[in-house]
Amino acid sequence: MPKLTLNNQTYLCHAGATVLDTLLTNKVDIAYGCKQGDCQSCLIRSLNQTPPIDAQKGLKETQQAQNYFLACQCKPTEDMELALVPEEARFIESTVVSLKPLNPETIELVLEYKDELTFKPGQFINLKRDDGLVRSYSIANLPSAEKRLEFHIRKLPNGGFSEWAHDHLNSGDVVSLQEPAGDCFYISGKPDQPLLLVGTGTGLAPLAGIVRDALKQGHTGPIHLFHGSRDIAGLYWVDEMKALAENHANVSYHPCLSGSDTPLEYTAGRVHVEALKAHPKLQGWRVFLCGHPDMVKETQKKAYLAGASLKEIYADAFTVLTKKS
Amino acid sequence: MSESLYEKLGGETAVEAAVDIFYRKVLSDDRINSFFDDVDMDKQAAKQKAFMTMAFGGPNTYTGTDMREGHAHLVKRGLNDSHFDAVVENLGATLTELGVSGELIAEVVAVCEPTRHDILGK
Repeated sequence: MPKLTLNNQTYLCHAGATVLDTLLTNKVDIAYGCKQGDCQSCLIRSLNQTPPIDAQKGLKETQQAQNYFLACQCKPTEDMELALVPEEARFIESTVVSLKPLNPETIELVLEYKDELTFKPGQFINLKRDDGLVRSYSIANLPSAEKRLEFHIRKLPNGGFSEWAHDHLNSGDVVSLQEPAGDCFYISGKPDQPLLLVGTGTGLAPLAGIVRDALKQGHTGPIHLFHGSRDIAGLYWVDEMKALAENHANVSYHPCLSGSDTPLEYTAGRVHVEALKAHPKLQGWRVFLCGHPDMVKETQKKAYLAGASLKEIYADAFTVLTKKS
Repeated sequence: MSESLYEKLGGETAVEAAVDIFYRKVLSDDRINSFFDDVDMDKQAAKQKAFMTMAFGGPNTYTGTDMREGHAHLVKRGLNDSHFDAVVENLGATLTELGVSGELIAEVVAVCEPTRHDILGK
């Protein structure tokens, strides 16, 4: 009889019983709905083995790659180690390598970690200050032997964490960080598929990471990157992204400004509006959206109505939390 | 044993094809799309699939109470018969687009009709 392990508890799975049945029988508090693999309420993650393909039907490919599956559709034949979604917090230590300004309101923070950490550019990580204040930031760099993580942090008015990172964090300081999470990243398998990436502000961090990851994994289809802000001071890495587009024939880069007085080399208009104007038919495309929650939500819907499949729209909305004044 | 409605319509593969078309129609329909303004689109698409499976007469475990509780917050926002009718109309248009016969579409509509009271909290 296969055993299920969850939060250090072990449960016996009877013949023909699903993971959901077994957990519910044992009074585990797990969300569920339709029990037929449609509603995805009972999403759970396998930590020790690839779940049966039938139990991963309908999930995004990036979720499948992380061994997520539907508890109601899985009748285990072997022992499984499980984690509920979201997972329990485990923090590891890292050290600040460098801090440098990207534009008047944004810094690049580079951290170095010692433990093993598997991540994909585009995923996010929770960073924790000494007093327990936690904020999520997206990973901008590719994994390398250096064991480094790169984040872009915009200073928000009354932003407890961002103000601290801008004004009080120094090289050599220790910052705790959690396992990477999120399903907004590139996955190989369709190298000639057109990609549309739209971001505002520090949404460029995950998007630039995703573009570089796609190129590294041999993506040959067109990659269109749209980065927007109100004015020039809100953009950054303009030269780096231009260079990336110049060095790769399949990459195009469109910095967009929604304020007045747009210089010639920039596109005038709101970034998601311009992106969809340039690419009104998205059937068969893969779409990545990062940044302001309103932009992300509106564009997710518009991209879907423009023909993109929901499973191929990867969205990461940056929620803004400010300290109470 | 005669073929069930679900089998006649093409089972799960047909549901998948229908959901994509149906949900786009619903979101483009100004009579009802405001009810979907605040939803998580990924979760909602999964729910549409569960709904579609039920409408096709396929396996489902939803009870009248689930339907009532799941839509209570929308009833408070004014969900009424006209919206229910609009959803059924979009469902019919979807099936027509997929080449389903009028006879089978009528069967699907008949499956949906008994849920009206629970969904509208009557």
